[in-house]
Amino acid sequence: MGMTMAEKIIAAHAGLDRVEPGELVEVQVDFVMANDITAALAIQEFAKLEVEEVFDRERVAFVADHFVPPPNIKAAEQCMAVRNWARRKGILYFEGGRDGGIEHIVLPEQGLVLPGEIIIGADSHTCTYGALGAFSTGVGSTDAAVAMATGRLWLKVPSTMRLYYHGTLRPWVTAKDLILHTIGRIGVDGALYMAMFFTGPIIQALSMDGRFTIANMAIEAGAKAGLMEVDEKTLDYVRPRAKRPFTVYKDDPDARYEIDLDFDVSEWEPAIAVPHLPSNVRPVGELADLRIDQVFIGSCTNGRIEDLRLAAHILRGQRVHPEVRCIIIPGSGPTYRQALDEGLIDIFVEAGAVVGLPSCGPCMGGYSGVLGPGERCVSTTNRNFVGRMGHPTSEVYLANPAVAAASAILGRIASPEEIQIRAEAFAG
Amino acid sequence: MRFRGRAWVFGDNIDTDVIIPGRYLNTTDPKELAAHCMEGVDPEFPRKVQPGDIMVAGRNFGSGSSREHAPISLRAAGISCVIAKSFARIFFRNAINIGLPVLECAEAVEAIAPGDELEVRLDTGEIHNCRTGQTFRAKPYPRFMLELIQAGGLIPYTRARLAKSQPSTV
Ligand code: SF4
Repeated sequence: MGMTMAEKIIAAHAGLDRVEPGELVEVQVDFVMANDITAALAIQEFAKLEVEEVFDRERVAFVADHFVPPPNIKAAEQCMAVRNWARRKGILYFEGGRDGGIEHIVLPEQGLVLPGEIIIGADSHTCTYGALGAFSTGVGSTDAAVAMATGRLWLKVPSTMRLYYHGTLRPWVTAKDLILHTIGRIGVDGALYMAMFFTGPIIQALSMDGRFTIANMAIEAGAKAGLMEVDEKTLDYVRPRAKRPFTVYKDDPDARYEIDLDFDVSEWEPAIAVPHLPSNVRPVGELADLRIDQVFIGSCTNGRIEDLRLAAHILRGQRVHPEVRCIIIPGSGPTYRQALDEGLIDIFVEAGAVVGLPSCGPCMGGYSGVLGPGERCVSTTNRNFVGRMGHPTSEVYLANPAVAAASAILGRIASPEEIQIRAEAFAG
Repeated sequence: MRFRGRAWVFGDNIDTDVIIPGRYLNTTDPKELAAHCMEGVDPEFPRKVQPGDIMVAGRNFGSGSSREHAPISLRAAGISCVIAKSFARIFFRNAINIGLPVLECAEAVEAIAPGDELEVRLDTGEIHNCRTGQTFRAKPYPRFMLELIQAGGLIPYTRARLAKSQPSTV
């Protein structure tokens, strides 16, 4: 019986020839990350271990992105504690500025997470780097602290769910819609404890930005990781950035899949996940009368340059509806710079959107765009849980950047087609 | 290890934003986190829960974020252990790592009503409902995890290992 990529990567890092799903193993990790919230706890736990130094300074990073720049004194103090610790220990540290931004955009951009590696992050969306062919998974602060000290982590080998996508994409159906439809089909615990393996011609045709969007939301189906094959596009992305050598793994032809799914995407429409689960997926057309108060375009799901280009394509020459707050946040410093160079920021500002600083922004209700009682937001983020973006009675509708931009213009949930731009005119 | 307490019963997919909303994550203080525990479904919860009480929930408990603040706030609010039909994997890890016992047992959950007096034995995985007299048995822990729990969590476990420079028992 052959092995999947996930099994091969874990075996290699556990010093074993092969591993079986369900087995508990201890692995050497290649990279450990925490953000301003989870690092604050991780450094407290690290102190209890009575170890002076991290296992490798080049392989530990803190990325402050949730409460930056700090909205209040408490957040500022938390950020200071994290920043000071990072400086003292000499680990990598990002906070806004030229290279900073959202952790899951920053680390791939900086070439710090690579194919074939095991990466753990004290943030559930660490699964994003699976798009690079890495085994990458979210853990808590205590796991991160122990891994920072020892470079090691206990792990249950997951079984693999293979998802094969084929067919022809309809206009305005993006990577975001593919993953929303998938979660709609399998449910929020459909891949619980499993590694998802996204494959097929539709995935191959996606850009790296699109692939990150899909891998990012594997956790929303309960998965431990969401992996993709390494191809020429992956290598073109990784090679100029990679800070270390890396290894490429592939599924064996006789690899074992616990579940094997086949999706013909030809009938899929742009999707909306309605409150309060990412699996409550409906075609956008069914919701076209719903008035909204806010639109957010950004986050580790859809805050990359391709997402901003798509939003700009819809917003060019248009006006944001007078009763809507439209917040657009490029996910990292380099993304911001590029959006500026390409004139996208101009388009956003002209349209009446607010352009924010690279950070998580309103995604988790921390600050900048917190929703009040009953307020409704169309958001390109990944979670629409109760109270996720503010008041427990507020509502979050998850969508792709084109749907979000069209909704901002019309003041209600809207399909990009209503703005009468032809998808073919968008060159990506 | 044994626990006895009243049951607080919740449904499926209780996520980490419900357990402790993101806006309170500018602190790591367990007391402050406990004050907002379960605010997303029941703002009165922190005032009503008694030390030793037991959380009972449906499928996929603790889904969402990796914030360890979620199990910490439950523990600081007084919850002694969580019984659910299934757990989101990061929450499961975090709970074990910080020493909050979690038990997976769908049959027991089906048979528990709010306020039931429960008795839980960790070594055998037995869940006894004092009201109905029924006893259920949860999935047993693998040996390694039982060791983690007995050590008081991943930090004391790792400290002991580092002190002796022992290889892991995994
Ligand atoms: S953008 Fe949202 S989902 Fe992504 S890391 Fe930030 S808070 Fe988490």
